[in-house]
Amino acid sequence: MCLAIPALIKSIEDKEAEAEIGGITRKISLWLTPEARVGDYVLVHTGYAINVLDQKEAEETLSLLEQIARLAEEKG
Amino acid sequence: MEAALNDRILLAHGSGGKLAHELVEKSFVKALANPLLAKLDDSAVIDFSGRLAFTTDSYVVSPIFFPGGDIGKLSVCGTVNDLAMSGAHPLYLSLSFIIEEGFLQSELDQIVNSIQQTAQEAGVEIVTGDTKVVHRGSADRLFINTAGVGIILEGVNISGSNARAGDKVILSGTIGDHGIAVISRREELSFSTSLKSDCAPLGGLVAEMINASPNIHCLRDPTRGGLATSLNELAKQSRVSIRIEEEKVPVREEVLAACEMLGFDPLYVANEGKLVAIVPPEDANKVLKAMRKNRYGKDSAIIGEVGAEKPGWVVMKTVLGASRIVDMLVGDLLPRIC
Amino acid sequence: MKFITEFRRSELAQGLISQIHRQSKTSVRFMEFCGGHTVTIFRYGIRQVLPKTIDMVSGPGCPICVTANADLDKAIALSQIPGIIVATFGDMLKVPGSNSSLEEAKAGGADVRTVYSTMDALKIAEDNPNKSVVFLGIGFETTAPTIAASILQAEEKGIKNYYVLSLHKLCPPVLRAILDSGELKLHGLICPGHVSAVIGSRPWEFIARDYGIPCVVSGFEPLDILQSVDMLVNQVESGERRVEIAYRRGVRPEGNQQALRLMEQVFEPCPAQWRGIGEVPDSGLKLRKKYQRFDAALAFDIAPGPTYEPAGCICGDVLRGVKTPADCQLFGKACTPQYPVGPCMVSSEGSCSAYYLYGGGFER
Repeated sequence: MCLAIPALIKSIEDKEAEAEIGGITRKISLWLTPEARVGDYVLVHTGYAINVLDQKEAEETLSLLEQIARLAEEKG
Repeated sequence: MEAALNDRILLAHGSGGKLAHELVEKSFVKALANPLLAKLDDSAVIDFSGRLAFTTDSYVVSPIFFPGGDIGKLSVCGTVNDLAMSGAHPLYLSLSFIIEEGFLQSELDQIVNSIQQTAQEAGVEIVTGDTKVVHRGSADRLFINTAGVGIILEGVNISGSNARAGDKVILSGTIGDHGIAVISRREELSFSTSLKSDCAPLGGLVAEMINASPNIHCLRDPTRGGLATSLNELAKQSRVSIRIEEEKVPVREEVLAACEMLGFDPLYVANEGKLVAIVPPEDANKVLKAMRKNRYGKDSAIIGEVGAEKPGWVVMKTVLGASRIVDMLVGDLLPRIC
Repeated sequence: MKFITEFRRSELAQGLISQIHRQSKTSVRFMEFCGGHTVTIFRYGIRQVLPKTIDMVSGPGCPICVTANADLDKAIALSQIPGIIVATFGDMLKVPGSNSSLEEAKAGGADVRTVYSTMDALKIAEDNPNKSVVFLGIGFETTAPTIAASILQAEEKGIKNYYVLSLHKLCPPVLRAILDSGELKLHGLICPGHVSAVIGSRPWEFIARDYGIPCVVSGFEPLDILQSVDMLVNQVESGERRVEIAYRRGVRPEGNQQALRLMEQVFEPCPAQWRGIGEVPDSGLKLRKKYQRFDAALAFDIAPGPTYEPAGCICGDVLRGVKTPADCQLFGKACTPQYPVGPCMVSSEGSCSAYYLYGGGFER
C-alpha cells in the first residue's frame, strides 16, 4: 500500500519542487522533507516527498543481490 | 478577452436555417472538399459490389485537444481502424457533430481541419454529415459520431473467432501512449510529459500486412480497456487461451512512469494507433517484417502465442518466470494511493 | 526508471529464489501486512516461485478494505449535502457502503471529485470559494502526514472552506490486536515499506520482542519482496528474532522526523473501527482541538442512517488472514470486481481483488 515512487528533484521553489521520473515531471511538495536538495531522489506519495532516497544504500543492496546471484550460479 | 458573438456557435447554427447552411458550406464542405459531399443531397449515393464492412463510433474524449491529436483526428482514426480490423479497405465516412452552444468557431475550424487531414492520409472521404447544436450544459463541449464503410477483398477472412492454437500474437508498437497523453492534461492529475497520443489511421498498415500474408486470422485495435481487454475478447471469441510475455510487450518509459505514479497497469491503458494481429506461425515473421517497414508499426513485436488449454484465459509470464492471469478491465482506470 | 527497473531484474530474482529454496527447511507461515506488497506478490507470481515450505498469507494493510461501512456511509452522506464537494483518492470511489457508493452518489448528482493529491483538493477549495471541500482522509501513516501538511497549508493560505474527514488508521496497534487474538500462527512478518519510511523500523520491535516473530521491512519491487522473504527464512533457520530493514534505500530506523512532527501537531490517536476486526484502541487519528475547524465530522451534520453489512461477506476473516478469498461463498460468483460486495474485492490491493485479477489459485 502507499504507492510512492522515486523521483529526481530538478528545481526547488520555497516548499515545492519540480520532480521528474522516467521523463515525466510534476510539481511536488517538500513539506515533509525540507532537507531535500536539487539532485536528490525522493519517494513521492500523493504529490508529497515522504523521504529522501539513500542512493548509496540502493547501490549496496543491488551489489548484495548480485553477489547472491553469483553464488547461486556457482552452486548450480 | 471574450470572443465576439459571431466567433461562437449558436443554437441557430443547428436549426437547419440560413446560419446552419452557412456553417455547413463554409466550415465543412469547403474543408472536406469532395464531389459527393458537395452535392449536399440527403444521402450520399455510392456504387458498390462485394462484401461491405460497416461500423460506427461516437467520440466524447475530454479534453478535446490533447498532445498528438484532437477529437477530430480521433473520430476519423477510430472508425477507419475498426474497418481495417475487419480486413476492409476503408472508403467513406459519415460525420455528425453535436456542438455545445458557445463553442468557439475557431476551435471548430481547427477540428474540421484535423478531420480533413486525417481523412486524406487514411484515403477516405467524408460524404455525408449532420450538425446539431444543444443548450449550454447539454454536451461536454463537442461530441462527434462517425460511421464508416469499407470493402473487403476476395479471400480475406479476418475475425475475432479465427485464432487457433499455435498462432503467434503480434503487437504493432508501444502501449499506453494515448491514455497517458490524454490523462496528463486532466487538471486534477496534471503532470508534464512530452508523450503524445499514438492516434493514427491504420488502413495502410493493414493493407501491407494482408499483402504479406492473406492468412491473418485476427486483428483488433486495443482502444478503451487496453491490450488486456482486447486479448481477452479474442480469447473468448475464438475459445482459445493466449499467453504473452511481460518482457516482450513494448512500453515507453514515460508511460511506465506515469502508470507507476497513478497506480495504473499499462496493459489496461487506451491506445488509438496500435493493433494486435493473430497470425499462423509460419507467416509470423513475414507479417512482422512488413509491419516494421510501416511508420505505424516500427516497434512491432511478437509478444506471445495462442494455446488450446484453458480457453478464454489470457495468461502472462512475469519477469520472475511465474504466470499470472490478465483479466479484462473492470470499470474505469482510477488513480490510486495504495 | 531509476530505483525501480533495477529492482525488477530477472537474473537477480533467480539468484534470490535459488537461495530461498536452498535455505528454507522449516515449514513457515509469513504474512505480508501491506496491500501494496500483496499486489506485487500476486502481480509477479511470487507465491509460485517460493518453496512449498513457505505459506504466504495476506494481512489487513489495505486502508480501503478496513474502512468501516459506517464511516464510508458518513462520506456518502456528506456528498449529498448541497454545497459540498467531496474530494477523494480514486481508491474509495467504488467501495460499497451500506446502501450506495461514492461513484453512485456522483452519478446521482453529488459533487465527488477524484484527486491524486491533497494539493489538488486545496486548489479545488481555492477555485470554489462558495462551496465547502471535504477531503476524505483515508490511509495509514504514509498518508496521514500529507493530510496534516494540507491542513497546515490551508491555515497558512487562509483557506476557509477546506475540511478533512479523518478516517486515518495506524498500523502497529492493529498488528498487536491481530497477534493478541491468537487466530494466526505466524513465523515471520513482512512489514510495510512506506509506512516505515515515515515511522521507521522501531515501532515494529514489539513484534519480535513480545511475540517472537521475525520482521523485515520491505520495499515494493519483486526483488525487494524476495530479498525480504530470504531474510525472514534466514532468521527462522538461525533462530533469530529481530526487526531488519531490507528496504534500506527508503527506510531509516528513526523514520522521517519531520513527517512525524507534522502528524503529531495536527492529529492525536483515538479509537478506530477496523472492518472485520472491530474497535482497536488508539489505532485511529483525529484532529486536535487546535485544528477542529478543519474537522468535517464537527462542521457538518452527518446523518448516514443505519449501517448494513452484506450477508455472506467474510472480508473480516480474509483481512485477518484466517480465511482465503477462495473460502468465501460469494467469491467469483456474487462478488466480482465488476459487482463487488465487500471492500476486499473493490480495492485494487484487497486480497480478493488480487486473487481474482491475477489468479490466486492459478495453476501453471
